[in-house]
Amino acid sequence: MDHLLNVTTALSILLMVIVLVSVRRAHIRPEYSVTWLIASAVMLVLSRMPSALEALRRLSGLPDTPLTLFLLGAGAFLIMVFRFSVILSHLRDDNIALAQRVAILEFQIKSGNKS
Amino acid sequence: MIVPALNEEGAIGLVVESIRACLPGTPVLVIDDCSADNTITVARKAGAEVLALPHHLGLGGCVQAGYKLAYELGFEYVIRVDGDGQHDAYDIPRILEKLKTSGCEMVIGARFADWNGTRTSLLRRMGIAFFRMVLRPILGKPVHDPTSGFVGVNRRALDLFSRSFPLEYPEIEALVVLQRKRFRFEEVPCKMRPRQAGRSSINAFKSLYYIVHVLLGVFINVLRFEGRRRVPPPES
Repeated sequence: MDHLLNVTTALSILLMVIVLVSVRRAHIRPEYSVTWLIASAVMLVLSRMPSALEALRRLSGLPDTPLTLFLLGAGAFLIMVFRFSVILSHLRDDNIALAQRVAILEFQIKSGNKS
Repeated sequence: MIVPALNEEGAIGLVVESIRACLPGTPVLVIDDCSADNTITVARKAGAEVLALPHHLGLGGCVQAGYKLAYELGFEYVIRVDGDGQHDAYDIPRILEKLKTSGCEMVIGARFADWNGTRTSLLRRMGIAFFRMVLRPILGKPVHDPTSGFVGVNRRALDLFSRSFPLEYPEIEALVVLQRKRFRFEEVPCKMRPRQAGRSSINAFKSLYYIVHVLLGVFINVLRFEGRRRVPPPES
């Protein structure tokens, strides 16, 4: 159990560092890094506070603590993937509308130049 | 006339020329979905105007771009013909006539409304039969060829589709979008030919994805029906 918590601690810290470096290098916009930072911070706190993790396990009625930690991580990951799917869908809609507008404006400019 | 096209350099010239021969003086707009071949050059040489999309949008985005431009230019009627040469230009006047006389918002050139020598693959026939069954209760009337891309619309439908049009595999979903507004459609029997050149974008592997995608799109559009929203009771 201790070994598992040490591994999740290391992974949480690694994730935080990667996200912060990516934001600094402008690979991720700050608004999209917040979810990752919160998720890694929560994982870090739970890994370093077994009592909190144990309280969560009892609250959820799950049989063991590693499973609780795993489900929490998977849940956070699913929420983030869903959030990014929503963002991607908006971006795709905006992108299509923009591409159509560019094509129409270009068409109208060329038609104007001809006449 | 709008003609969506992707890599159709082998067929687009004939399509445009046959439309111009059949309906002289009618503006023909080819919407090029970022083709990698000479579709644009061939279409222009045949006498069409070309709306060139800056990157690939898929069939729905491509057709909608044409609808948007036609709406902004003030056209009353727009007929869509596929760029692969499957549709016979000599059927266009009948679709236009039906649009004008019936007063309905959309007219479909249907391959099954009358046999007329039309042949299609078994897989496609099964798909069409399945979607006819699904659409029958939603539309409140039978539709013979819901997958047809040979479609005429009037200005009311043009306005609607400029704002809301399915982006992938749009034909079936467009019928449900139309129904959401209580708009009407009619069908006109038309001849369909084998594509003149190139290959269909829908292969065997995509067929299952197509069915799931379209079913989901139909379901979502049914949920958006305005008549089914709960209306709050008036305050007394």
